[in-house]
Amino acid sequence: MTAQQRSFPSPISDPDTEDYWNAAKEGRLMIASCSDCNEKHYYPRSMCPHCGSQDVTLVQSSGKGEIYSWSVLRRADPPFAIAYVTLDEGPTMMTNIIECDLDSLTIGQRVRLKFSETEEVDGPPVPTFIPD
Amino acid sequence: MSINGKAYIAGVYEHPTRKAIDKSLAQLHAESALGALADAGLTKDDVDGYFCAGDAPGLGPLSLIDYMGLKLKHIDATETGGSSYVLHVGHAAEAIAMGKCSVALITLAGRPRAEGMATGTAPRNYGSSAPDVAFEFPFGPTVVNMYAMCAQRHMYEYGTTSEQLAWIKVAASHHAQYNEYAMLRNVVTVDEVINSPMISDPLHRLDCCVISDGGGAIIVTSPEIAKTLNRPSVKILGAGEAPKHQMGGKIDLTYSGAVWSGPLAFDEANVTPSDIKYASIYDSFTITVLMQLEDLGFCEKGQGGRFVSDGNLIAGTGKLPFNTDGGGLCNNHPANRGGLTKVIEAVRQLRGEAHPKVQVENCNLALAHGTGGSLGTRHGSATVIMERE
Repeated sequence: MTAQQRSFPSPISDPDTEDYWNAAKEGRLMIASCSDCNEKHYYPRSMCPHCGSQDVTLVQSSGKGEIYSWSVLRRADPPFAIAYVTLDEGPTMMTNIIECDLDSLTIGQRVRLKFSETEEVDGPPVPTFIPD
Repeated sequence: MSINGKAYIAGVYEHPTRKAIDKSLAQLHAESALGALADAGLTKDDVDGYFCAGDAPGLGPLSLIDYMGLKLKHIDATETGGSSYVLHVGHAAEAIAMGKCSVALITLAGRPRAEGMATGTAPRNYGSSAPDVAFEFPFGPTVVNMYAMCAQRHMYEYGTTSEQLAWIKVAASHHAQYNEYAMLRNVVTVDEVINSPMISDPLHRLDCCVISDGGGAIIVTSPEIAKTLNRPSVKILGAGEAPKHQMGGKIDLTYSGAVWSGPLAFDEANVTPSDIKYASIYDSFTITVLMQLEDLGFCEKGQGGRFVSDGNLIAGTGKLPFNTDGGGLCNNHPANRGGLTKVIEAVRQLRGEAHPKVQVENCNLALAHGTGGSLGTRHGSATVIMERE
């Protein structure tokens, strides 16, 4: 079964995430990088969850990665594939796999970023993935 | 300092309703409270500590305290979803050990069926100020597809199969046939589970718990008061609690917070998993049970599928009888929160008051474990170990 396009609720930006969503509007997926411990994290936030430092900056992800886990919610209308994707930069993020065959997804499958528009006219797009 | 032996469970009550169109939420809490007090042989005026969680209507615990007219020295509204009430047993024991209160009341109630809530298959939005919501809610995380991703990964890493998961439901259904209040009393087979409709790969309809209205309550009290009551004594030996989260994107869906809450409880109780005669294990889904059994140390990590197979969880035949009331999978999952009923059935087993067909012989040591929130994102784990004196 081919995935149909679903309607994505628009995320609400706040002072903590404004830069992230502004970058998304420009087609860039950002992840957080800590200048103290050099660890990356996702979702991006003001405090490094690994070491507690506030010296956190946003860096651009390659948008490439692999499926860590997935599930197709068959009861939804239309059915859709939720997934955790592990980015090549390290962090694993929640997303949807779109424009795919819902019956042939596999863990370890390579995927790449494709932003999806959201419901509100001014709402930022959300980072979704397609088979690579 | 330890809570071992410092507090007892004196009363429990499981509300008999499974669909409460004719009752208010506060009423269900109050009826549950009165039921547990009657079971203990105590009255409302004996209560000096009150514990509730996010299912309580109003501002924290205050509206229900007002409704029930309680006069208190100690209150605790710690919210960790369905595990809250297992955690509350530990907190109540701590408060009693410290002399902060001597009769603690814990209540739970909810009416998701009466209110037509799409419990498992609609995303829940906890509000845009929750920092994770913008990064998750647009992608449609529901209860079932998040647990499904745990199952999918567990199958990938350890070779766990749908047939193995099905055995958990089969065992629960064997127990539920004897429970006149259980929503699903038909005994099911492995084939029936794996041939039931796919809800969210790889979880089938019969891998999912029921949706029920109802509630329940627990009374925890001091050793001095417990001795004066005409009920079998259920001593709290140990308790553990731990959150697990996404660790900044270092996500591992194959284990739960039970890897931490379990050892804390076992250490405090000074017993090991092989000593446990009966276990109440949170069963929102079959995969929930399998992961927690591994994480609590009842089997090696990755061996849960083998452990639960061939009826090993069925009372009378299996090595580890579990959820002998039918659990959330068959009996009751009031308010979409199954922790409190886990404690109740463990207490029934320790008192020798479980249904004779599922009563575990010489049941002197039992464990109750809860998970609240989602194994797929962030959750609270709580474990309690109890002994029949």
